[in-house]
Amino acid sequence: MAAPKTDLPQGTLDLLLLKVVALGPVHGYAIAQRLEQVSRGVVQVPDGSLYPALHRLENRNLLAADWKETETGREAKFYRLTAKGRKQLEAEAASWQRLIDAIALILGMADGGAR
Amino acid sequence: MNWWQRLWRRKKMEEQLEKELRFHIDEHVNELIARGHAPELAQRNARLALGGPEQVKEKCRDARGTRWLEDLFQDFRYALRTLRQRPGFATVAILALALGSGATTVMFTVINGVLLKPLAYPEADRLVTLHGKTEKYGEQWGFSYPEFHDYQSTGRTLRSVAAWTYAGGTVTGPGAAEYLFGRHISSGLFSVLGISPVEGRAFLPQEDQLGAAPVAVISCGLWQRRFGGRPETIGQQIVVDGKSYTIVGIAPVGLRLDGESDIYTPLGQSTDPRMRNRGAFFIHVLGRLQPNVTLAQAQTELSVIARQLATQYPEDNQGRDMVAHPLSQEVVGDVRPTLWLLLGAVSLVLLIACVNVASLLLARAVSRQRELAMRVALGASRGRLVRQCLTESSVLGISGGALGILLTFVSIRPFVSLWPGSLPRAENVQLDWRVLLFALGVSLLSSVLFGLAPAWRTPARELERWHRGGARSLVGNTRRLHSGFVVAEVALAVVLLVSAGILGRTLLRLSSLDPGFDTQNVLVAHVALSPAVLESPAKARAAWDDVLDRARRFPGVQSVALADVVPMRVGDDSVGYWATPVQPPPEQTPLALTSIVTPEYLNVMGIALRRGRFLNDQDRIGHEVVVVIDDNLAQHAFAGSDPVGKPLWLQGMASNPAKIVGVVGHVRHWGLAGDDQSRVRDQIYVSFYQLPDPLVSFLSSVMSITVRTNISPWNVAEPLRRELRGPGSDQTLYDNHTMDELLRASLDRQRFLLWLFGIFAGLALLLACIGIYGVLTYLTNQRVPEIGLRMALGARARDVMRLVVAQSLAMIVGGIGVGILGALAAGRLLQHLVDGMRPTDLSTFAIMIPILLAAALFASLIPARRASRVDPISALRQE
Repeated sequence: MAAPKTDLPQGTLDLLLLKVVALGPVHGYAIAQRLEQVSRGVVQVPDGSLYPALHRLENRNLLAADWKETETGREAKFYRLTAKGRKQLEAEAASWQRLIDAIALILGMADGGAR
Repeated sequence: MNWWQRLWRRKKMEEQLEKELRFHIDEHVNELIARGHAPELAQRNARLALGGPEQVKEKCRDARGTRWLEDLFQDFRYALRTLRQRPGFATVAILALALGSGATTVMFTVINGVLLKPLAYPEADRLVTLHGKTEKYGEQWGFSYPEFHDYQSTGRTLRSVAAWTYAGGTVTGPGAAEYLFGRHISSGLFSVLGISPVEGRAFLPQEDQLGAAPVAVISCGLWQRRFGGRPETIGQQIVVDGKSYTIVGIAPVGLRLDGESDIYTPLGQSTDPRMRNRGAFFIHVLGRLQPNVTLAQAQTELSVIARQLATQYPEDNQGRDMVAHPLSQEVVGDVRPTLWLLLGAVSLVLLIACVNVASLLLARAVSRQRELAMRVALGASRGRLVRQCLTESSVLGISGGALGILLTFVSIRPFVSLWPGSLPRAENVQLDWRVLLFALGVSLLSSVLFGLAPAWRTPARELERWHRGGARSLVGNTRRLHSGFVVAEVALAVVLLVSAGILGRTLLRLSSLDPGFDTQNVLVAHVALSPAVLESPAKARAAWDDVLDRARRFPGVQSVALADVVPMRVGDDSVGYWATPVQPPPEQTPLALTSIVTPEYLNVMGIALRRGRFLNDQDRIGHEVVVVIDDNLAQHAFAGSDPVGKPLWLQGMASNPAKIVGVVGHVRHWGLAGDDQSRVRDQIYVSFYQLPDPLVSFLSSVMSITVRTNISPWNVAEPLRRELRGPGSDQTLYDNHTMDELLRASLDRQRFLLWLFGIFAGLALLLACIGIYGVLTYLTNQRVPEIGLRMALGARARDVMRLVVAQSLAMIVGGIGVGILGALAAGRLLQHLVDGMRPTDLSTFAIMIPILLAAALFASLIPARRASRVDPISALRQE
């Protein structure tokens, strides 16, 4: 049975997109697929928000894009991370990690109290 | 890529967006097919998974950040296109707005130049004028010259003070004889105002006293005219009234002390007997506030000084306070309320124009429901629709505004020249950046005003529902708004119509008033005697006799007399009087306007003699001093008993009383409109031939000649001027007027306001009728199916017409109701601001409202007739 799908928390879509793109130049469709595969179908990008988010990131110079041919010979828009995007990714990833640690700590503390 | 490139390469970006999304869908479809989905289903699922290509595109465009600008261009082009499709609508709307904003901008241009721009002196807001004030006669007083010195030595809140008074004289050299207006000024005047002479220097303190060497500063105009603008003019002589002055400076163009003046001389050198009289309040005082001192502080100090003077000199100063006002207020005078009143009136016209365009736009917006709903379905947000509506209205508003600026540009000069009397600071009235900013602001503000209503009427949610239901669910909602528009338009039109009506009635009433004398065929002019004769009173008397003799014998002249003040012309001379031997305290002494005349004056002016006799040739020096009084004084001082033969004491004229020998009718000296409101309404006539010598010398420089003619007075004016040039060819006649002209001018302000309000009211009525017609046409169109149904059920054409007219009548009556309240308020305002206005009377309403009702009903008749011809079959089918 598939795990129940979870909506993305506010502001995390950008982070995930930056992370996926960081792995190498990639086009929109592949990004969507990879997101779904990596999260094992748990994370669901809201309908119609992928491309606006990509364009927004491109607009803020966190992503850059080039038109290149795919393996099948079609032209597609490939996104890659800019230097600014990499910095942003590192900063956001670090802050997420801190948040996760803190939440884990709080949840663990409740258990410890019962022990 | 910066935002400009993104904007520039819009088309390319659109293509790329399309390509990117197509690639995504194609890939997805391929994959789904590979997994075994049917091709059509795969296509559908792929599109759904993406979230609808068109909506995604919209969001991507939003993400670009240049969206607003692209939309603006798009909306702008779209607005132009839709407006071009309906040129009639666009023309009416733009013309209405152009008239509204043009009229408003004209008024603002005048207000900007006259009221808002600072005076041409540095730190002009620190300049104040000082006045005397008594309870009975208000703030119309100046200072006495000794008072000016008292203030100068004790006042601390003003950094410096200066004084001036009117002067003038005949210049005889260099060049031909010419009478010039001038001013006596104290030595500090230039430094108080913060200006310096263009050439030379201002007066020194030691020149500002009796016996000092005669010096003069002349105006730039005179410098150019008589001296060719040469710098060597400084140090040269100018002969005024026979006395030679050394020119020490040239005054800058910006110097203005109540009107034009060509020659300035030191006040302290004036030999005017009033200079030493503490009871002669003829000096104008102005000063500059110390830094960090407020007007209120200066005022407090002035009151303290006034109280000290009152204890020190009770005879002249008891009950006399002193007040300070900003100089700008005095320069502008009573024009200020008129200007604001007119701006208010044109704003009403603009408001009507806005309401009008709003109702037209709303009608259009509702008939475009289908289009708007389609836009929502294609992904337009509500904000986007509102913005689009506002862009459309801004295009209208700005076009109207631009046309309005053009109107202002064309009409501002004629408008200023039509201003009754002379508009103070008229030279400052120009189109400048402030005016342009104002016009832009007005057109944008009005665009929002009339664009917002239709914009808010297109909520996306309701549109969607409407689209799904396919029903006319929005129509009911707008009916109330449309009625609101009509009510507002009618109400505003009522305010302007009734105001115009009140002004018209006032003008009629004032024009029918008896001025108290016969204004036909009377010429009045100042006479400047030859400077040679002014030195001795005996010579002056002889010169006047000569002037009268020559004028009397002149062809076309019936009778001729001298007078120091002339009715309805600038200038007056008030003197305190009392009819019992004990002089009342100064603040309670009644004032009378005193005219010093020669006996023929009664005939020249055609004033009615009520009792006794007028002054005659036997009333001379050495005989009993006599006076003639008017109805008003007789009523006030003698209340019913016969004043003829009774004594009358006049302040400062003689210690013995004068004998009253006659009573004449009251003359409306302050103009037809102003006389009833003026504080000094009693009148006294004194014979010129009974004046003591010093007064003759003084008055000889201000006397006027009044001439009754058999032919048109203008035909006499010029030959008479030549005839009276005198033996030395240096006697001049200036400031010529006919009494008819002065009489007309006394109502200029009322007439001017009536014209403007009449035009505004006409415009308002026209706009309101267009509005009513438009709204009713629209509402009736919406009711076509209902009307068809009614007719199918047996209603006749007459019933349908009644139905439509009743609907319109309800709106009009509502508007009239609101308008009457507004008109009452406007009437009170007018009564406050315009001389001679009476409280709003019912008859004005009784005349004006039927006019409006008739016009409004006429405007609603056309849609009503059209509705009554609805074909029930096709109307029902339309449903």
